[in-house]
Order: sequence, then structure tokens, then C-alpha cells
Amino acid sequence: MSETQSTYNYKVVRQFAVMTVIWGIVGMLVGVIIAAQLVWPELNIGPWLTYGRLRPLHTNAVIFAFGGCALFATSYYVVQRTSHARLFAGGLAAFTFWGWQLIILLAALSLPLGFTTGKEYAELEWPIDILITVVWVSYAIVFFGTIAKRTVSHIYVANWFFGSMIITVALLHLVNSAEIPVSLTKSYSAYAGVQDAMVQWWYGHNAVGFFLTAGFLGIMYYFVPKQAGRPVYSYRLSVVHFWALIFTYMWAGPHHLHYTALPDWTQSVGMLFSLILLAPSWGGMINGIMTLSGAWSKLRDDPILKFLVTSLSFYGMSTFEGPMMSIKTVNALSHYTDWTVGHVHSGALGWVAMVSIGALYYLLPRLFNRQEMHSVKLITVHFWVATIGVVLYIASMWISGVMQGLMWRAVNSDGTLTYSFVEAVKATYPFWAIRFLGGVLFLSGMLIMAYNMFKTIAAGNTKDVPVVAAAGHHA
Amino acid sequence: MDLNDLRSIMTVVSLLTFLGIVWWAYTKTNKKGFDEAANLPFSDDDADRAELGLSSNVKRKAS
Repeated sequence: MSETQSTYNYKVVRQFAVMTVIWGIVGMLVGVIIAAQLVWPELNIGPWLTYGRLRPLHTNAVIFAFGGCALFATSYYVVQRTSHARLFAGGLAAFTFWGWQLIILLAALSLPLGFTTGKEYAELEWPIDILITVVWVSYAIVFFGTIAKRTVSHIYVANWFFGSMIITVALLHLVNSAEIPVSLTKSYSAYAGVQDAMVQWWYGHNAVGFFLTAGFLGIMYYFVPKQAGRPVYSYRLSVVHFWALIFTYMWAGPHHLHYTALPDWTQSVGMLFSLILLAPSWGGMINGIMTLSGAWSKLRDDPILKFLVTSLSFYGMSTFEGPMMSIKTVNALSHYTDWTVGHVHSGALGWVAMVSIGALYYLLPRLFNRQEMHSVKLITVHFWVATIGVVLYIASMWISGVMQGLMWRAVNSDGTLTYSFVEAVKATYPFWAIRFLGGVLFLSGMLIMAYNMFKTIAAGNTKDVPVVAAAGHHA
Repeated sequence: MDLNDLRSIMTVVSLLTFLGIVWWAYTKTNKKGFDEAANLPFSDDDADRAELGLSSNVKRKAS
């Protein structure tokens, strides 16, 4: 074994972990700003800081900067520790870090300047798309290279989830970003009309399914057992629900296009697969929560477990809500309303952000050779501030969403609309204010986390830990 | 054979694939392997201790 193989590569994990918190704050701050713009429209400043340009910046920042960095950090850590091998191609791993940060900076510049492809969650223009492809392929080489050089016979289930995320996101990005450049900053989609819409939502829904679900289930399958101190409830269930999830998610995209020019049968297929998705989703949720069975008392005073288990509860809730909203008759009420926004944030804040935050609180002390975070109390404070923030956010969006849907469809006896559109907007104001408050609370939690993180780093050191000896080990 | 036959075959193949995966996951002969895999996160005590700045029992490789 060469010298460099004697320790795990934690440097790149540290870099991504710290940037997760930083980009989380940036992305959520932009979210709070656009939430404020809906309440106080005067806050739309110039062409650059208007709602229309900041909204894609918010989604890109929280999904790909915050969520992406969390996935890089945790997958690089988990794949090393469960493969008993140092990360493959350290230089390439460093490139994925700096490349990903460059992509985020380019997004932060180009989106407010108005450069966009107009495809939701894939707004970045073609030169950035190419850079994303290069970085993502490097990520795949580093990740699967590490799997290939593992010194244990099994591939731990978390790595299956991370691996499926890496492969599928590559496929989605390549197909959906097929575009024809007309200048350095402008391109047009290779598809047209309803095909373009279907490709877009095949991409869009699988970005949810693989980036925001499979990847974060990978986080769950390592950090929940570790923090609970016991192996996952049922490894066999994890195998079945992994394959069921992979096979099913691919076909759920059409539910984003109910009652559009998309053929009816395609809509029905999308709805059916969305309903089936409940089973594998809840398989994962039950598996995670039941891992604590027999150790429920740990939940009382371990704020990290609180984050992880609450995230699973939100995962279960939003994966029940999602299939329900995909039913055409329900969708007729919910589509285009704030209900969708509430649903997305119960998944994004409640599930994705909370499981990442829990994993980071587990990781940060270990990456800096500390026994625990600078302040465990502050983790508890963060937990409650974040939870209240999510609940305010979701509840206000549920109410305003259903109200909007009912107002839009209300008709008088002579068939004319009961309400003009602006009347529904007016009725929504108080709920947008409550949503703003929920967002401010969630952002405050992230600021508490940043303080706790920098205090932990300041008192720690960056000594890498040795790779476990391969010989004489079971498995 | 028309397109609907292909559709039926596809449905049956999908169902069999799923049942195959369930069988593979729950068959007795694979239990040991899955149990080993489930314990992988706990197979590296020394690194766990080293991370937390605790003393490690393992002999460090010369570096």
C-alpha cells in the first residue's frame, strides 16, 4: 500500500461540508428575499433583482449548491468509509470541488443578468451545461473508482443510492440540456412543443426523484444507523425498495402536465406510476424510522437524531402528498396554486435540508477531530427554529393553495367567474406574509449552524484518519 | 404480433422482474450476505475513534 493510501481523504469532504452550510445560507436568503417580494412588491429592484430572475437563482442555489455540496460531501465520506478505501483519484476529486463552485458562481452571475434557457431547474446556458457535464463525469469516476478499489466484498446500500443518483442525473442532464447554441449566451432546446414539455418534466421530476430523493436516501442509510448506533432495520427491505424506486420514478414526470396538450394516456400513465411510488417511498421511510426501534429513548436528548427522524417524517408526509396531488381530479384543484409550493418545501426543507443538516452535524466534529459540535444546545435550538419554520411555511401554503384553487374555479349561476384573478392574489397576502416568516426562521437556523460550525472548526484540527486494515476482516 | 402483445409481454416481464428481486432479497441463502453488508458502517471502529480524537488501537501504517 502506498503512503497516500494510508488515510481517508477528508480534505474534499471538509471543503464540500463547509460550503454546504455557506450555500445553504445564500440560497435560503434569496428564497426569503423573493418571499418578501411577493408581500412587498417594491422590493423588486432593477431588472437584475426582480422576482423572475431571482427565483431561478433561489432554486439553483438550494438544489444544486446547497443540496449538491451536501451530496458530494456525504457520498465522498460514505463511499470511503464503507469501502475501506481511500478516495480514488484525489486530484480529480479536488477538481469536482473547484469545478462545482465555479458552476455555482457562474449561475449566481448569469441568472440575475437574465441569461436563461427558460427550462425549470435547468436554466443555466449551454457553456455552463458543458462544465456541469465535465464535473459530473469526474464525480462518477471518483465515486465508482472508489467502489472498484474497495477492500470489502459488499457494496453498502447507501452507495447504491448515491451511485444511481450519479448515473441518472448524468442521463437526465444530457438529454434535457440538448440545445442548439446561437451565441455564447443563448441557446434553444433541441425539442419542440409538447415533446419539449415532456422531456423537461421527465428531467424535472427525476431531478426530484434521483437528485433530491435517491441521493438523500443514501445519506439516510449511512447516517441514521450510525447516529442510532445500530444497523438499518431491514437491509432486505432496502434492496427491494431501492429497485422499486429506480424502476418507478422514471415514469412519473407526466403528472406535471395534467390537462395540457400532452396526450391523455400519457397523463394517466404518469398518474398511475406516481401512485405506485408511494410504496417504495414509504419502504425507505419505514426502514429509516424503524432503525430506531428499541432505541427510541435516544431521540429525547440527541438533537442530531431529532433532525434525522423528523426529516424522515417529512419524507413520508410529502411522498404521501405527492401521489395524492398527482391524481388528476386533485391536481385540477392544486395545480398552479401555492399548494404545489408548499408540497415542494415540505420535501425540500423538511426532508432534504433536515437530513443534510443532521448528517452535517454528525460529520463536522469528525472531520475536525472533535468529539462533538462546539455547542450541542445550539443544535437543539436550530432543530426547533427550523421545525417551526417549516410548519409555518407548509401550513400557510396549504391554506392559500386550496383557497386559490377554489377561488379560481368558482363560477356564478350564469357561468361567469365569481372572482377576478387579482381578488385571489389579494386574499393570499396574509399567507405569503406567514410563509415569509417561516422562511426567515429556517434561514435563522442555518445562521446558528454556521456559527456553531466555525466555532467547531476553530477549536479542531484536520488530521486525517487511517484506512482500516484490509486483511483479517470479515465480509 | 401487434403492439398490444408487446405491451402485455412488457407488463408481465416487469412483474416477474419485481418478483425476482423480492425472491432474491428474501431467500434464505442470501441472508448472511445481507447481514454482513448491513454491518459495514460499523466495521471500522478505529477510524471512528480516530475521527473523534480518541486513541486508536490499530497500528498506524508507517507514513
